[in-house]
Amino acid sequence: MTKASSIAATTKKIVKKHGGGKSAMIAVLQDIQETFNYLPKEALKAAAQAMKVPFSRVYEAATFYTAFSLKPRGKNIVKICTGTACHVRGASALQDKFERSLCIKPGEMTPDGQFSLETVNCVGACALGPVVVINTEYHGQVTMAKVDKIIDKIKQEGAQ
Amino acid sequence: MKNNSDTQPQQLKDDLKLNYGPNKKFVAICAGTGCRAYGSLKVKEALEAELKKQNMNVDVIATGCLGFCEKGPMVVIHPDKYFYQSVKVTDVPEIVSKTVAKGEVISRLLYRHPDTKKTMFREEDMPFYKKQLRVVFGSNGMIDPTKIDDYLVINGYQALGKVLSEMTPEGVINEVKKAGLRGRGGGGFHTAVKWEGVRKAHGEPKYVIANGDEGDPGAYMDRSLMEGNPHSIIEGMIIGGYAVGANEGYIYVRNEYPLAVTHLNIAIAAAREAGLLGKNILGTDFSFDIHINKGAGAFVCGESSALFASIEGRAGEPRAKYVHAVEKGLWDKPTVLNNVETWANVPLIINKGADWYSSIGTEGSKGTKIFSLVGKIMNTGLIEVPMGTTLYEIIYDMGGGIPGGRKFKAVQTGGPSGGCIPESLLDIPVDFDKLYEVGSMMGSGGMIVMDDTSCMVDVARYFLAFLKEESCGKCVPCREGIRRMSDILEDICAGKGTEGDINLLETMSQAIADGSLCALGGSAPNPVLSTIKYFREEYEAHIKDHRCPAGVCKALITYSIDPEKCTGCGLCIKVCPTQATSGEKKKAHTIDKDKCTRCGACIESCKFEAINVK
Repeated sequence: MTKASSIAATTKKIVKKHGGGKSAMIAVLQDIQETFNYLPKEALKAAAQAMKVPFSRVYEAATFYTAFSLKPRGKNIVKICTGTACHVRGASALQDKFERSLCIKPGEMTPDGQFSLETVNCVGACALGPVVVINTEYHGQVTMAKVDKIIDKIKQEGAQ
Repeated sequence: MKNNSDTQPQQLKDDLKLNYGPNKKFVAICAGTGCRAYGSLKVKEALEAELKKQNMNVDVIATGCLGFCEKGPMVVIHPDKYFYQSVKVTDVPEIVSKTVAKGEVISRLLYRHPDTKKTMFREEDMPFYKKQLRVVFGSNGMIDPTKIDDYLVINGYQALGKVLSEMTPEGVINEVKKAGLRGRGGGGFHTAVKWEGVRKAHGEPKYVIANGDEGDPGAYMDRSLMEGNPHSIIEGMIIGGYAVGANEGYIYVRNEYPLAVTHLNIAIAAAREAGLLGKNILGTDFSFDIHINKGAGAFVCGESSALFASIEGRAGEPRAKYVHAVEKGLWDKPTVLNNVETWANVPLIINKGADWYSSIGTEGSKGTKIFSLVGKIMNTGLIEVPMGTTLYEIIYDMGGGIPGGRKFKAVQTGGPSGGCIPESLLDIPVDFDKLYEVGSMMGSGGMIVMDDTSCMVDVARYFLAFLKEESCGKCVPCREGIRRMSDILEDICAGKGTEGDINLLETMSQAIADGSLCALGGSAPNPVLSTIKYFREEYEAHIKDHRCPAGVCKALITYSIDPEKCTGCGLCIKVCPTQATSGEKKKAHTIDKDKCTRCGACIESCKFEAINVK
């Protein structure tokens, strides 16, 4: 089976799991993203077919919501909280530091595919601000000095 | 028609009491998202292992958020209720051998008042908790949110039992009306009026929705309720469903709250199993079930019609509301949409009565409100206070004031739709109407405290940049207007502001507020208008003097090193990404202003506060 047809087959299973109706669009896209780490074009096409809606409807939803990515994302996803509480505690300086250390901007992936950088409007852990969520782990009261240590630790864990 | 006058939740509770009694010894540990980030789950594991090692049969329960997030992880030893803060795994053996085994207190783990240095044993002694009235949020500390039994023991589902056996739907609506409950999501609309509208509306089926799309940055009380006491929301929704004649409910949860989704799913499954959700609830002919829908990161989905669109599987674009949601909401059917905190208030009103409920609060705003007190504040966390508590009490008595000896500047309420309130207005009682009068709003309850190092123009710029990203783009005033306002504010912060900018911002604000389709655009100018109103001099300093008084806007500040304070330790040289700092060891360093990008790395690294920002 080619890569594209395997993506399509998996997507069809996801659509079926959610009952096949177009009202499950968001949940279907969430599951696709969870499976592939982003929304591959083949998956969106297959989803449109399986849900019997025009491709434009799927594309509209996929591009409207910020949680969805049409581009492949890194193995580790770094989310910098830019909520108000984190903002007044220096989140933008922290974002600059991550950009410098990883040499990418938010929405981009490092060339080796290890890291993606994203910003999120608030993760609701305001007491810990500034907060950075890496994959599912919350890092609180992050300072610029800690950034390189955090990145190095993840790189080491990945190498093991 | 009811065929079961026995309220089954009472029976369930009585059976459980045998196991739970008020004098039961157990250890509660906060496992909200905040405390989990501090490592509370590791502390929990250590507690369990140590109790086993010391042969003690004592339960350890991971509760929802206890509110005092500043001092996490928190451990409370019951029945004495000793309150330990910032507990580490290494503290565990002592906690078990001294406090759990012998009831001895470990004073180093107690809260110490920063001024009087007095240690405090229990929650109720501490200034953070003392003035609070935690009727909605307080149960969090007593229950494991993943166990329905824990909720039943604290009178859970008693209200539902009462409603189904003794009350008519109209009676329920009347009770909520008498209580004076208003929506906790921001607008403050009267809940009973909404319910009445849906009850009377034509069209079947009817829907009940809990809005858990807590999008205001800096607000996390809904998350803590969904994570910490999911059954209270579910019970409220079932009662709401009965009152309006709906058999189906949805909880729309933010994508960023995975733990809330997990706990709600567990709670819904448990409620179904107990016969509290599903067909013929508690043996009556009333059926009701709840589904969970996850958002996908769009702020506008907190708006009612956008939220419906999202549940229906479309892009979350709002529509004009010539016809209200109570008549045509989800799938164009009559729909009640209330915030999760509003739903959690409902069982309370039924259990304790409308008279009790309406005795709390102010003339126009009844009951309590949960706020998230965050930003530049000593005691960060979630507080629940009676409506009408003053901002001063919240920020200074509970919040403990501003850390680091800095000066209070403003408190931002209402999220991106709200405004900044200055020091001169700290005496106002917080309720729906008062906050609106001073140019802000209640919102869902975020309170972000700012000190003299926060630039108010930068705050306005921040919110408009946020709203520019989140505007769905459907209507022109919001899409283009916010973009233009954001551009002007970026210019002012970059030192490129011009004389007429303030007037232009004010004029545009009016047009955007008048012309936008939904509340996102309608209230978008509030952060700008309130900061112009109360902090006009900061705007003028940026525009006329090219100066940022708070030292935030990078284009308008320069860094220099105070030779008196600098010890020549070399740390700032090490951290500077552009090699702008230089100097010999043990001699005062200097900063090359042309190379400096004002990234702040040197300020963070300097232990002697030798970096000046002007």
